[in-house]
Amino acid sequence: MAELERKIIPIGPFHPLQEEAEYFKLTVEGEKVVGLDIQLGYMHRGHEKICEGKTYDQIPFVVERICGICSTSHPFACVQAIEDAAGIEIPPRAAYIRTIVGELERLHSHLLWVGLAGHFLGYNTVWMWAWKYREPVLEMLELITGNRNHYAMFKPGGVRRDIEGGMIPPLLQVLDAADKKIMMLTKAILDDPVLHRRLEGVGVLTKEKAVEYSVVGPTARASGLATDVRKDDPHAAYDWIEWEEIVLHEGDVFAKAKVRLLECFESTKIIRQCLGKLKDLPAGEIDARMEYPPDGKGIGRYEAPRGEVFHYVKGDGSLYPVRYKIRAPSFMNIKSNEVAVLGASVADAAITLAAVDPCYCCTERIAAFNTKGKLLYTWDDLVKLSQEKTARMGGGS
Amino acid sequence: MLKGLKKGALARSLWVYHVSASPCNNCDIEILDLLTPRFDVERFGLLLVGSPRHADLLLVTGMVNKKVLDRVLRVYAQTPKPCLVAAFGSCAISGDLFVDSYNFAGPLDKHIPVDVYIGGCPPKPEAMILGVVRAIEKIKKLKDL
Repeated sequence: MAELERKIIPIGPFHPLQEEAEYFKLTVEGEKVVGLDIQLGYMHRGHEKICEGKTYDQIPFVVERICGICSTSHPFACVQAIEDAAGIEIPPRAAYIRTIVGELERLHSHLLWVGLAGHFLGYNTVWMWAWKYREPVLEMLELITGNRNHYAMFKPGGVRRDIEGGMIPPLLQVLDAADKKIMMLTKAILDDPVLHRRLEGVGVLTKEKAVEYSVVGPTARASGLATDVRKDDPHAAYDWIEWEEIVLHEGDVFAKAKVRLLECFESTKIIRQCLGKLKDLPAGEIDARMEYPPDGKGIGRYEAPRGEVFHYVKGDGSLYPVRYKIRAPSFMNIKSNEVAVLGASVADAAITLAAVDPCYCCTERIAAFNTKGKLLYTWDDLVKLSQEKTARMGGGS
Repeated sequence: MLKGLKKGALARSLWVYHVSASPCNNCDIEILDLLTPRFDVERFGLLLVGSPRHADLLLVTGMVNKKVLDRVLRVYAQTPKPCLVAAFGSCAISGDLFVDSYNFAGPLDKHIPVDVYIGGCPPKPEAMILGVVRAIEKIKKLKDL
């Protein structure tokens, strides 16, 4: 057989299937994908630098706007980092409220992904139904926080709004209704012969490769790797309540969808328990004051819907941090696409690229080019720059 | 007569192209939300299309950064005129909290003419529908198209 010619298929930066502007360069031989190049930078907004010019109370609002879908995960990790640096203990009521908002966000994010996955497959019925059932969740968030997205709920030391006793019965009512509908949707998707045929065995990420690429979140859990910050490093109210970690072993796109759908039920379970516990706690105790700005380092981890999000803050006792560092889950997950996409057919590329639930807004990095297209800084240069800055800041580590 | 026809056709069914110019995904998700059963803007004749060459209305979300600016200008150049542009969300209107960012290329109306401003972070779905209705009203009022 004659050797097939290599062709390049560009996807993006603006592509009907992408919400975000990203550029994928697929190299194909016939229908087989043999190379993948991802170019980021269309969404880079310079959050880490902006954070250095804001006070500790303002930073949660800034990191909230890293991503509109994980707009609780970033503040969650952020306030934990600041509390870690300042040595504050939050009141239990605040911990429960944080957990409730975090899990509601996971619910809406997973339903959103399921819908988008249907959209990527051209199966718009799944999209419409999943998003229809996502609406009650957004309604609950609006009831608790006052906004459908970007909740502005967290602050260092606690939360900004209380869930009052009168709000709990209507919340439980909406939750029960949502639970039923999600169950219906889950059964419909898991029993759908079309989706089984289309997704099983597609874009497989084996456990070995999952370890090698250090993937996190549902991507890792669908490949048999039990990693969940909520279990491994419990924070907020996650170790005071009963819930299970969902782990599957197939590693294909169907397993990734199944993990997310099953996690929705764990989320509703967690929310229901937290709402029950709120009744026994004194109302209004939601805030521990931060007396002094932190002098030192702190880290915060949270299991975002896409995996572990990590924030690092270093303060020098002034009102502003010296350094703020963010690592979003998609940073780890996107790289694993290399394994999942290579060797597959072009038709499977779109859904496989989407299966890790990539969030490019979270993970944007930049590369500096001059006008002639020459890379100005290589990896080694950047490491050197970073080390020099750490030394300037005084000792580092 | 041709002019009247053009105006009528444009006002009756706006085809929308969504340009994500460095947003936080929030406005983008809310735009998609508009198309799903709860709000269902297709009843007003709105249709999300896959290419700027088919579009009448560009919904631009996000603070325009230096890298994406070139692409936004290209998308605008590809859109058949007359077309409408909506600055969607606080970021596209003013830059919001990203005005201090080293990668901010200026508010959207500095680069391309903007017809409708839809404010909010993110705008409420009701506000988005109102914005689109305003856009349609604007077409109807135009004298020469």
